[in-house]
Formats: sequence, structure tokens, C-alpha cells
Amino acid sequence: MLSVKHNDPVEFTDELLGKFAEIVARYPEGRQKSALLPILHEVQAVYGWLSVPAMDRVAAYLGIEPIEVYEVATFYTMFFLRPPGKYALEVCRTGPCCLVGAERIMKHIETRLGVKEGEVTPDGLFSWRGVECLAACGYGPVLQIGPEYTFYENLTEESVDKLIDELKEKAAAIG
Amino acid sequence: MARKLLLTHINVPGIRTFDVYRQKGGYRAVEKALKTLSPDDVVEEVKKSGLRGRGGAGFPTGMKWSFLAKPEGVPRYLVCNADESEPGTFKDRYLMTHIPHALIEGMIVASYALGANTSYIYVRGEMMPQVRILERAIAEAKQAGFLGKNILATGYDLELYVQPGGGAYICGEETALLESLEGKRGNPRIKPPFPAVSGLYNCPTVVNNVESIAATVPIINDGGEEYAKIGIERSTGTKLISAGGNLNKPGVYEIELGLPVEEFIYSEEYCGGVANGKRLKAVVAGGSSVPILPANLILKTLKGESRLMTYESLADGGFQSGTMLGSGGFIAFDEDQCIVRNTWNFTRFYHHESCGQCSPCREGTGWMEKVLHKIEHGHGTFSDIDLLVDVAKKIEGNTICPLGDAAAWPVASAIRHFRDEFEWHVTNGQEAQTRNYGLAHYADPLEPVM
Repeated sequence: MLSVKHNDPVEFTDELLGKFAEIVARYPEGRQKSALLPILHEVQAVYGWLSVPAMDRVAAYLGIEPIEVYEVATFYTMFFLRPPGKYALEVCRTGPCCLVGAERIMKHIETRLGVKEGEVTPDGLFSWRGVECLAACGYGPVLQIGPEYTFYENLTEESVDKLIDELKEKAAAIG
Repeated sequence: MARKLLLTHINVPGIRTFDVYRQKGGYRAVEKALKTLSPDDVVEEVKKSGLRGRGGAGFPTGMKWSFLAKPEGVPRYLVCNADESEPGTFKDRYLMTHIPHALIEGMIVASYALGANTSYIYVRGEMMPQVRILERAIAEAKQAGFLGKNILATGYDLELYVQPGGGAYICGEETALLESLEGKRGNPRIKPPFPAVSGLYNCPTVVNNVESIAATVPIINDGGEEYAKIGIERSTGTKLISAGGNLNKPGVYEIELGLPVEEFIYSEEYCGGVANGKRLKAVVAGGSSVPILPANLILKTLKGESRLMTYESLADGGFQSGTMLGSGGFIAFDEDQCIVRNTWNFTRFYHHESCGQCSPCREGTGWMEKVLHKIEHGHGTFSDIDLLVDVAKKIEGNTICPLGDAAAWPVASAIRHFRDEFEWHVTNGQEAQTRNYGLAHYADPLEPVM
């Protein structure tokens, strides 16, 4: 699963390193490995995904072996090990959401974006995937978009279309 | 109107902020506990309240606290389990989003009772907005002198941190959660030793659900005995129920334990009946792991008694005709839902979420998923149904953590109560692709009275 195609070296900014230091301070002396998940979230929020060089940097920062980072990054489903779209739509596909139409919503997203689950649109803007229960079963179907993990609830085909249009406009405005 | 203890002020504008929460009587429990009670007194009140763990297992919280080892010179930890991932359950998200200070206040009270000076709230990673909300609430509480050094000049110190997870259901299991908090994969630990003796960083640790911790606030404010007056028998107090699926008014409700299930589903005060005027087919009452029950058995026990929202009443009849209150994830299925498809969906979930440590769970969940996929898509045989029962039986009880049981129960119970629907999928494979089996013999025999 680890993508070795993207081997661009990674240099963390001082701002990011400052955040790392803040996180490490939450744990007792010698337990800095506890900071691994929060730090990986920070890295992914900046780069959009976790490349091998980025994970190696994290390992060096925390004074642990790179394998200790890889085994964690591959275990937790929130971490992307290859670049997703700029907007990675994650639709809940578990029972309660399916009772109220999540499968229909996923099919609609697939048709609308024209890419299969896990693939990225040619313009790099979108990718989508089904994820397991997002603990919002009363408001289903739901989807989330990182890195803020903004939530979109009670989805319909129309609201999904509107969301995709809005994201496209947003991306065009940013340039 | 039923009594509310946790969501009393849910509709007050600005209740998310420290100032409004404080105006509404917030942080009185911290003042009372730290200034007038010893840590053991707090544990005693929680014991008297009869509060049982709200995360699913229902173990008495006060007793769990009293098991905590207290060796000299070793730090003790309180870790809040906010890794809410059980399909059907979304009450903790609701509480943390709207009244974050209820959790923070409970964390201070509980940490004081346990003698913890550093506590963590482990929030599932997808709830990043809630992580930010809690971090803001912690900063506010610290600013007001309720966290940090020498809280309220009592000499008690407490630092509170929020830890995001990474999207793994298994981290809701307490030892997997501790592994994850230590920066590792979420593989559950073999017990013993229990976390009470050797938990986070090999130190004595208590792990409690969000709702359990928040419930300590009214318990300290009003006294454990007062709390125990609400509810029935060993199901005391109030419980947050997450209602989802095909209901008119899905959402989070605080109920007094002992509420009849029928009233919860059909009354306007709660779910307002099944959506779109349809009839009720089945209910999963306590999160996806607990046995599914057909409509007739969820409304009345086999003895014909009205089924109540309590730990005991929902379990009446054992797994033959009962279920569990679990985490309170209440999922309603209308007459058009396919039980086979849903069972396949749940099993796919457990296969996806199995940590892979124990072979019966790692292999068994995948095996069941494949067989269920086959039956759902019209290629099943009768022996496949028996195979599912057999595999489920061999997973149950043969794994380190309860995920194996959680994966086995939905399959076993679906076949126990809806076997004819599975058989219909086998004999009418093609037809099953285009229409659903419907209600059949387990139709709701009761006209809704509400």
C-alpha cells in the first residue's frame, strides 16, 4: 500500500514543527510516541496525504523507527498513503446510512464525478470513497471532507450536486 | 415531560461556551467535589447512583473506579473513551458538540475521584470539529481556574488533553484505545492485567465512556441516591439514546431508563413512529453488535410483557428472544428493508474493522462477509445458512476482545429470527434482486397505540 512513486523530499515548516512540539508536551517524558497520531493528522492536513519521506521525517522527529510510523499509518483508515483528490469525499456506507439511501448517494457521486471509488478525477479536484460508520446515523446519509472533516448531512442527489458545484467554484476562486 | 439530567440546557443559546454553561449551574459539581468531598466520597456517590457504563458493556462505573490500583509514587490516569464508532450510535458526538463543558466538568470530577493529575479524552479522528470544540472548552475552563495547577485553591492539579484517533472501530475497545493513545496500532491487549492495574504507560488507568463521565456531574450535584431513584431496578438514571434508521424523528433523546420501547418508537415526544407511514419490521436496540429483534419481540417479551428500555428488560429472554441495551444505538428497520442485505453490510463492517490479531475474527468475519454477499446476490445455498451459523459460533468467545462476539451476534440473531428470509433468498435468488421479502410472519402484531 505504501506509495513509493512520490519520493519528493519533505521539509517541515517551523510552524508545523511548533505544532509538533506542542503535541509532544502533552505526554510524560519518554512517551513522545503518543504524539504519533496527532502529528500524522497535522502532516496530512498540510500535504493532503502521507508520503514515505514525510513519514520518515516524523519518525526522525519522534526518535522512533520508520516502521513504527508505517505500521500505524497503514492501520488507521483516515490516513491516505497516496494522494487523494483536493476534495476527498468520504461517504458513510454502514447499515443505518444504507437504510436511508447511502448506496444511492455513492452511485450518484460515482456517476457525477465519473471516477470509481478510490480514483481521482483528471483535474485532481475530487476523489471519493465509502467509509465505515461516521457516528451520525440520525442524520444519514452523510459524508465528510478533510482536513477539517466538515460534515454534510441528510444528503440527497440534489444536495450532493450543489456541494460538488460549490467546491468547484471554491477551487476556481483559490486558483 | 421526562426528567433530563445531561441535556437539560441543550437548547440554551451559547451553552457551548463556558460563561453560559456556568450561568446555568455548570461546574458546581467540581466545586462541591473538590471543596467538600474526599476522592473516596466521590467514588462512593457514584457507587450509590448505580450508574452503569454507558459505552455498551453496562459495567457499574463506581465499582470499576474502586478496582483502580493505587501504588505509591505511580501516576494514575483517567482516559475518556470518545471513540464513538458503533454503528447506530451518535450520542457522544451530540453531547460533545453541543455541551462540551458537561464532559469537561465530568472529567475533572472523575479525575479527582481517581487521583489522576493528567487525563486524556480520546476522540475518534473523524470528529475533528469536536476535537476543536473540546480544546476550546478546555482552554476556557483553564482560564477560569477549573483546570491546571491548584484548582480552586484546593491544591488539586489536573491537565486535560484531547487525543484524536485515526479511524478505527477497534479503538473503542479500552485496551486497543490505550495502545492507540501510546502511538501504536489498535490491537487489543490480553487481559489480565486489566487497565485498573496496568493501563496507559503501564500505570493504573480507568477508561470510561463520554456519557458515563458526564453523568457524574448530576450524580455529584444531586447525590447518588437521588440519581438512583430514576429508572427501574439496576437500570438507574437517564440514558442517551441515538435513534436512527427509518424513523420519523431520528436523533438523540435523553430518556429515563424504564421507558417502554413502544412509547419510544411511536410517541411524538420521541421518534414519532416509523417514517413514511410504513410498518416496523425489526429493531437493533443497542448498536449494530447486539442481536437484531423482529418487531413483535422488541415491543413485547416472549412472556407478553411490555419491553422497557432497561438493561434487564431488553435482555429478557436471553439471546433466544431478547437483546441488549448496549450503547443505546437504536436502529429501526421499516417493512421494505432487507435483513440479508443489512446483515451483509454489518458483517462487511466487522471484517473491515477487525484488527487482524485473532484468526477466528480475522478469517471468520471475512468468510461470513463472502457467504452473505453470495446469498444476498442470489447465489446462496441452504448449506450456506448453516455455515454462517457455524462460523459465527466459532468466532464467539474465541477472541481476545469482544469484536469477535460483536461480529457473530448480528449474523446469528438475523438467522435465528429471519431464517425464512435467508431461505427465500436461496430459493428465489433472481427475484430477491428486484424486490424485498417484506414483513412475513414476524409482522408487528400490534397496532401502534400512540
